[in-house]
Amino acid sequence: MAEHPQGQPPAITREEVAHLAHLARIDLTDGELDQLAPQLAGILEAVASVSKVAADDIPPMSHAVPLTNVFRPDELRPGLTAEEALACAPEAEEQRFKVPRILGEEA
Amino acid sequence: MATDLIRMTAADLAELLALGKATSVEITQAHLDRIAAVDDDVHAFLHVDADGALQAARESDARRAAGEAASALDGVPIAVKDVLATRGLPTTCGSRILQGWVPPYDATVVARLRAAGLPILGKTNMDEFAMGSSTEHSAFGPSRNPWDLERIPGGSGGGSSAAVAAYEAPLAIGTDTGGSIRQPAAVTGTIGVKPTYGGVSRYGLVALASSLDQAGPCTRSLLDAAMLHEVIGGHDPLDSTSIDQALPALVEATHEGSLRGVRVGVVRELGGEGYQAGVRARFDDSVALMVEAGAEVVEVSCPHFEYGLGAYYLILPSEASSNLAKFDAMRYGLRVLPDGIEAPSAEQVMTATREMGFGAEVKRRIILGTYALSSGYYDAYYGQAQKVRTLISRDFASAFEQVDVLVSPTAPTTAFKIGEKLDDPIAMYLNDIATIPANLAGVPGVSVPNGLADEDGLPSGLQILAPATADDRLYRVGAAVESLLDASWGGPLLAKAPALGGQA
Repeated sequence: MAEHPQGQPPAITREEVAHLAHLARIDLTDGELDQLAPQLAGILEAVASVSKVAADDIPPMSHAVPLTNVFRPDELRPGLTAEEALACAPEAEEQRFKVPRILGEEA
Repeated sequence: MATDLIRMTAADLAELLALGKATSVEITQAHLDRIAAVDDDVHAFLHVDADGALQAARESDARRAAGEAASALDGVPIAVKDVLATRGLPTTCGSRILQGWVPPYDATVVARLRAAGLPILGKTNMDEFAMGSSTEHSAFGPSRNPWDLERIPGGSGGGSSAAVAAYEAPLAIGTDTGGSIRQPAAVTGTIGVKPTYGGVSRYGLVALASSLDQAGPCTRSLLDAAMLHEVIGGHDPLDSTSIDQALPALVEATHEGSLRGVRVGVVRELGGEGYQAGVRARFDDSVALMVEAGAEVVEVSCPHFEYGLGAYYLILPSEASSNLAKFDAMRYGLRVLPDGIEAPSAEQVMTATREMGFGAEVKRRIILGTYALSSGYYDAYYGQAQKVRTLISRDFASAFEQVDVLVSPTAPTTAFKIGEKLDDPIAMYLNDIATIPANLAGVPGVSVPNGLADEDGLPSGLQILAPATADDRLYRVGAAVESLLDASWGGPLLAKAPALGGQA
């Protein structure tokens, strides 16, 4: 990803979309990559005006309601049972979620 | 009798129940019969829970008989958008990745509906994870507009708007991230309210963009919307962004419907070019009607609204790409094992699952959000979009110094044909151009049906916006406009909709 987005919006290449898909953990097909690259470039062009309108001294707004650190009392509350939590798991064993291996082959 | 029951407002049904002139079982059964008769055509529902609804109706009748009604709406059935977790009922968000998921808990909105005694008829269709303006991005097929089955019912909450417009439910819950309650209301001739951000709990609402999402009522009258809003609204400790103060008196506000002396601002930037002629004409009529009824109408400028769409399509995909990372095939939902890999890793399973489980629009927005949040682009895209959000909020603040409410057309066009914009994401995004600013600033808005466009005979909507936490103004002004318009038509706009399924 080379060009700086302050000027012309960068055209997104097929390779960049493939890289983004990897970051997002989505295994896109060749057809999807072909379709997405020009679509994303078009969308970025359509939203590019946003990068020019706000002056440096404008504070960013992350949220409609200004709030900081909402706490609740530190007390026991009823939660899900293990059976409820596991009821829709793809796989479960011994009251636990069963997941595929998380380490590489060589580990 | 059954036909009468389905055409009544929720307020009128509540009155029948209170007077003992109908039972919840009769009312609920009438709606289930209507769903059976027309939903093959309309496809508003992804799941119908006849047994559960009738059981809740019987319990409601027992409470009424004992003089222990849980709320004014006790016994009046409702449909719930499939993005809200419902204990014991499938909750798919219109996505294959959640097909078959049955949540072990209720969203706060759903818990409040149950506590108030409203039988839940079923779960309504939506664009996948609420990404869309037509329901065409539902993994389970589009819903159809009861005014013309070849057209979209709006989105993402098109199932809820279609259910209410087709008399399949007197009430429905929608959610609105950029217009997904208001735009569907506009194109189906129904009412849709997006409350103030933080006014209705988001606990159990499967998040699209957490800083924008808000659940609210979909109904056929302002009074019904106010009654439902009072049931679902108010502080919830389970949502840390929930506003810790009492709701204004909303039902009462609908009874005070006068426009005399109300200062109404027409937003210069939300109209004109890009808006269908018939939509503009109906908007001008509505403004003239308000003037005639004593409102002081002025034009106001909100110069940064034109950047709202751009800011929204950076903020939303950024938040969505982060929120949807939880669909990793490990604890719930779909798990797909990749082809031809022996003993695949968790990462390979996650990657294959997300490829199979997400539709095209969801992938598009996740990739866009991943891009906007990546190192080197964050400041230029997400950071700048957040600054635009500040500018839009300031535009609202200065407008509300001059006027009590702002008005605009809700959507730039009437309902378009299914398939017409499906392959053009930017054309689809433009549907939300007038509704997005309210989400970015967190202010409440309503769409009120304001007539039929001359060129196609399809409904258009009047959007009314109020300052944050002043949701009562939507109901005060909306109900006044509603009663003037209903009087001019000799009844609600929906009475002009064609009959469905060969029924009168």
